[in-house]
Amino acid sequence: MHKTIAELSNDLHAKKISSVELTQQFLERIKKLDKTLNSFITVTEEIALQDAKTADAQLAKGQASPLTGIPFAQKDIFCTQGSKTSCGSKMLDNFISPYDATVIKNFKKAGTVLLGKTNMDEFAMGSSNETSFYGPVKNPWNTDMVPGGSSGGSAAAVAAYLAPGATGTDTGGSIRQPAALCGISGLKPTYGRVSRYGMIAFASSLDQGGPFAKTAEDLALMMNVMAGFDERDSTSVDHPVPDYTATLNDSIQGLRIGLPKEYFGEGLESNVAKVIEAAIKEYEKLGATIHEVSLPNTTLSIPAYYVIAPAECSSNLARYDGVRFGHRCKDPIDLEDLYKRSRSEGFGSEVTRRIMVGTYALSAGYYDAYYLKAQKIRGLIRRDFIDAFKNVDVLMGPTTPSTAFKIGEKTNDPISMYLSDIYTIAINLAGLPAMSIPAGFVNKLPVGLQLIGNMFTEARLLNIAHSFQTATDWHTHTPEGF
Amino acid sequence: MEWETVIGLEIHAQLLTNSKIFSGASTAFGAEPNTQACAVDLGFPGVLPVLNQEAVRMAVKFGLGVGAEITKKSVFARKNYFYPDLPKGYQISQFELPIVGKGHIDVQQEDGSLQRVNITRAHLEEDAGKSLHEDFHGQTGIDLNRAGTPLLEIVSEPDMRSAKEAVAYLKAIHSLVRYLEICDGNMQEGSFRCDANVSVRRKGDKLGTRAELKNINSFRFVERAINYEVERQIALIEGGGKVAQETRLYDPTKNETRSMRSKEEANDYRYFPDPDLLPLVVTDELIANIRQDLPELPHQKRERFMKQYNLSAYDADVLVSSRALAMYFETVVQESKAQPKLATNWIMGELSAALNKDNLEITASPVSTTQLATLLQRIEDNTISGKIAKTIFESLWNKEGEVDEIIEKKGLKQVTDTGAIEALIDKIIADNPDNVAAYRAGKEKLFGFFVGQAMKASGGKTNPQQLNELLKKKLADN
Repeated sequence: MHKTIAELSNDLHAKKISSVELTQQFLERIKKLDKTLNSFITVTEEIALQDAKTADAQLAKGQASPLTGIPFAQKDIFCTQGSKTSCGSKMLDNFISPYDATVIKNFKKAGTVLLGKTNMDEFAMGSSNETSFYGPVKNPWNTDMVPGGSSGGSAAAVAAYLAPGATGTDTGGSIRQPAALCGISGLKPTYGRVSRYGMIAFASSLDQGGPFAKTAEDLALMMNVMAGFDERDSTSVDHPVPDYTATLNDSIQGLRIGLPKEYFGEGLESNVAKVIEAAIKEYEKLGATIHEVSLPNTTLSIPAYYVIAPAECSSNLARYDGVRFGHRCKDPIDLEDLYKRSRSEGFGSEVTRRIMVGTYALSAGYYDAYYLKAQKIRGLIRRDFIDAFKNVDVLMGPTTPSTAFKIGEKTNDPISMYLSDIYTIAINLAGLPAMSIPAGFVNKLPVGLQLIGNMFTEARLLNIAHSFQTATDWHTHTPEGF
Repeated sequence: MEWETVIGLEIHAQLLTNSKIFSGASTAFGAEPNTQACAVDLGFPGVLPVLNQEAVRMAVKFGLGVGAEITKKSVFARKNYFYPDLPKGYQISQFELPIVGKGHIDVQQEDGSLQRVNITRAHLEEDAGKSLHEDFHGQTGIDLNRAGTPLLEIVSEPDMRSAKEAVAYLKAIHSLVRYLEICDGNMQEGSFRCDANVSVRRKGDKLGTRAELKNINSFRFVERAINYEVERQIALIEGGGKVAQETRLYDPTKNETRSMRSKEEANDYRYFPDPDLLPLVVTDELIANIRQDLPELPHQKRERFMKQYNLSAYDADVLVSSRALAMYFETVVQESKAQPKLATNWIMGELSAALNKDNLEITASPVSTTQLATLLQRIEDNTISGKIAKTIFESLWNKEGEVDEIIEKKGLKQVTDTGAIEALIDKIIADNPDNVAAYRAGKEKLFGFFVGQAMKASGGKTNPQQLNELLKKKLADN
């Protein structure tokens, strides 16, 4: 069970194990271990076994793709036809999607198995998985700790070998931060690389789906399935999709690594800094050169993000009105009552807070001062990265300023919670690809190294990450008891 | 004190695309409720809009039709408000950067003069669904078939000074969108509707406070609603009151406008660019392609008709009001080689009256262009008189056969045989000696009496010219 996707794929193709057997083993692990972790909202056992049977038939006929028969967990933000898609919210607790998201379709086409839908912060708004209507997810490395968020269920499930791979979405760090806190690999692709169709919107101009797995190689296998233009998503980009596995083993000799000085300043825990510095040393050994760069507008990214993301969310979440689907209050007396009670009962406090902030930011008289200004800052932040990439190939730094924090520690302090995304948010504002890979431990808790690339350089990022994973074994550690 | 009325119109024209503006669902009218709404139209979680390129072409067509600048890079924005028939909680529209910029249209007035009405902008947007308040026992039914239907909102400058001018402008736009084949113009089904911004001021003053009139779905109601509103505002101000900026609903049954919501109650729509849609880029190439395919526009056709057929401005304007009517006219003229004026008179007279009476469009006329052309030929070659032609027209309308067949069958052929006419006259002279004497004594007015007698006796079939000549000659003979 403790194998990578690539290894499981070999086993399936070599007929060492069938997809049904493999799926049953994962389902058993979920049954046994997820009581503690709470990483799944829905386990789709019947669908999984059906998918596995179909996959076995394809494997038997020799018509299998590399991922045929591999079980995956899908973040509960991706619509799956005929099964519950809750987005971590009471609002959609009763919602059965009538259609599949494009990402889900792509996984189906590849012959994969749907294990279930993973827990997440409500509507992907959160950095700790504590805002989920279905309760917090525990970090497998220490169950008193948060797994990060918003894709905390997917990250915890992969870290605990409840699924060999999982999907996530990243609006301000929601793939990279939980990947870092759970000690696994996660990739946020370039904005527009993976279709958003059927991926429930939080902040449309920032949301991007991506994969979680143990290794960069596994991420590459998943990207081969996930990436590509989708005519149903006008913001997806019609840009050639490479075979992400083809360049994994390329040399990184002469690679120019930029270290943004703003990512190593105040607020970064010193133990985390040490782990990151050691990882950079490792890259030097592999032939890379190190350059200091500056992203001067980094501190502006949090205020800009917390205007743009709530503004878009306030509009995106208007459709949850109790009229056509989702939660509807009991016995509304009139239309206004229907709206007010359905929405205040259906949404949790963090979602409510962001809807209110966003509504305010878009209001007449405030629009210029908030939304427009935030968009201008967004332009400056993008500029910072363009300038930085003139002289370096990749940027590196910590994914998060600290390791996983205690459940409940920051729930009453949204600002401190927001600051935990300081190194990830700017990348979403700029639309760039970035990943987090395991780089070491502090007090038995994983530390993530963040790699930031230029537009559409996912293949290069995966190659750079794979080189590190070939030279180190941080990605192979297993949390105790899992 | 002299009052001046100031009117601007916002027209919503439903574009004739097969599918919706942001989804593949059908736009056909009249289907069972909620059968033409897909997940995108229903605003389901996760769905995304994809722009219908045909709607873009149609908007550009309109822009070129009113001589407007086409915005090379326009932006879709979200207009946020809650309403049960607005599935997403926002309408996708265009706000700061509409696809069509400033343009104009020259509108023919009743006196034949042209008035230029400036168009501020025209933008693409999606329609909402319908809330049905009847038949649900205190509840509201929602039909989302219309949700996502493409609309072009055409906003005019406040250039009109009377209800009549407003109607003339509305008709000109109505005619234009049908010429361009971008809207069917059906006001009853709501595919062409308008809101009117109305204010009054004392001549020379700056603009007064305006009221927006909604729900006016016929040309007649537009005129009535505006006239009512103008009188209301003037009476209000003259009584020492003030006009409030508000939205008012026109009630055609009571012929009055009622306050719907005041400015204070108005929504803050929180417009912002829709992050799900990229800026809409219209290339020069596309504009050139569309320009090439533009049909002759109403004002061009009007000018040509006046020149080519020597028609009056009024006649030309009526004939070009619809492309089908203009085409009917031109076909009849070409087929019959008749005087254009004769064709005009018949089309605007007998044919229009008959169509109106049976509430038919010109395209559904029971009398074909060939039939009318033949009829006019028979008038011009003296086979029948104009009066007899009206009888034949009625028969044609009732599908009793072809022109010559009817003439033959009913014996309506004009009498042109001199001998027969002379015999007829001789009989009348013999039967009316007193009148003949009086006429010959100088009472020339009696000439009409003799003509009448002759026509009556011949069932109207006598060639009037010949009759006149021969009658004069015979009466003069002593």
